Amino acid sequence: MTLLDSSTPEQHRARYEELKRNAQSRLGRSVPRAEHDVAEITDIVRKETIPDGWYWTTRIARGQRLRIVNPTGRATVSALIWNAADTSERYNAGDTVKIQWNALLGKGDLLFSDMGRVLASIVEDSGTGHDFLLGASTQATNAARYGAGLLRNTRDNFCLAVAKLGLQRRDIGPCISFFAPIKIDTEGAFAWKDDAIKPGDFVELRAEMDLIIVLSNCPHPLDPRTDYAPGSVDAIVWQGPPTPADDLCRTASEEAVRGFENTDALFAGE
Amino acid sequence: MSTDFPFDPATAIHDETIAARVPWSRVLQQGEVLHLIDLEGQQAVDALFYRADHFEERYSAQDTLRAQNSAYVTTGTKLLSTEGNVLVTVIADSCGRHDTSAGACSCEANTVRFGHHTRFMHACRENFTLELGKYGMSKRDIVSNVNFFMNVPIEPSGELAIVDGISAPGGSVTLKADMDVLVVFSNCPQVNNPCNGFTPSPVRVLVWAAA
Repeated sequence: MTLLDSSTPEQHRARYEELKRNAQSRLGRSVPRAEHDVAEITDIVRKETIPDGWYWTTRIARGQRLRIVNPTGRATVSALIWNAADTSERYNAGDTVKIQWNALLGKGDLLFSDMGRVLASIVEDSGTGHDFLLGASTQATNAARYGAGLLRNTRDNFCLAVAKLGLQRRDIGPCISFFAPIKIDTEGAFAWKDDAIKPGDFVELRAEMDLIIVLSNCPHPLDPRTDYAPGSVDAIVWQGPPTPADDLCRTASEEAVRGFENTDALFAGE
Repeated sequence: MSTDFPFDPATAIHDETIAARVPWSRVLQQGEVLHLIDLEGQQAVDALFYRADHFEERYSAQDTLRAQNSAYVTTGTKLLSTEGNVLVTVIADSCGRHDTSAGACSCEANTVRFGHHTRFMHACRENFTLELGKYGMSKRDIVSNVNFFMNVPIEPSGELAIVDGISAPGGSVTLKADMDVLVVFSNCPQVNNPCNGFTPSPVRVLVWAAA
């Protein structure tokens, strides 16, 4: 059998350390942030107001954008994402943080599938902070925070949403929770950053392939507030401007460039 | 971290060395104890767990981290399922810190991380896909996994990197099954980062019957 890689352990280590140094030099790089301005949104494809506790599913075509707006500053929106053309390809939490050497992602960063391709780019983000590690609420976390009752939770929302999409529980992987400002200490303990979300915060994704997305609007399990009152959120799918050659997300790192090379290859010849 | 390990290898119901780079699986009955030994040190073993009588219920890294409010798997960690049930508990552990955030290596992710020249190198998700196929499962059933003996500190800045393992030769982790559970391992073949000390090596697995 062909030996495809004949590098020595020392050569592999040198290559890895170089990639790691490059990533460290990018960490903490500041990016300019925009304000949410509904007036700038033209070409709306569809729009929904998701009440607190509820979920919504939508398809988004390659190049279109999804803006999620948090009017109260109290909501967390958890998301699952699949390749619409082949739902066996889906958001991969481990690859997303590992490829980008960062677990606290935001504007300029990418959401990767399990196939080394970019599902979506985070093209705008008001800076709230999002959670890529800890998942979302369940019946048990609601009971622990709010006591007995029939408050809606994201696990059940995801189960309902996939059923209506013709998918199954096994298609539910780890999720992203937008507007979930978590912090981690040197021992690895997690905590909620109080007052990090502001009314009007938003995040905007650009689909890099045709996608199916589920959004669930339930409070995050680390959100310490004991009243269940996230308020509704707005989800706006719009066409948006074409992607420029010097796009922030496409050029963010050598890993980003290779991720887009893999992604664009899906559409070669179109 | 705990090295308290009272089980005698002579009484094990199963004792096997898993060669470098290959997968392994077994259904543990409730109460059975599995002891995994990192024979040569710094060898990552990627692990998936499924409820044995209902595979749709499987390991959830996110629920596990949230419930214990810690980024690392160590002695005392209860590995939770997607339905919030305990699949297995880590009852002993010589190295103190195992990862469950960084996922398993794949040919495709390797191209992004290390360059397109790494596409045709063996990877854990190849192992997982083949092994899960024996149980009627597919790539769709691969969820976030545990990486025993893999050292991935997450810094307050958010920085997350696979760094040199802290598992010494002969290091081990011991699991007790809280329900009948399918355990699937991939003895990680990765050579592009330090998770295997750049040289994949064998591990040994022993199983004891429920007390």
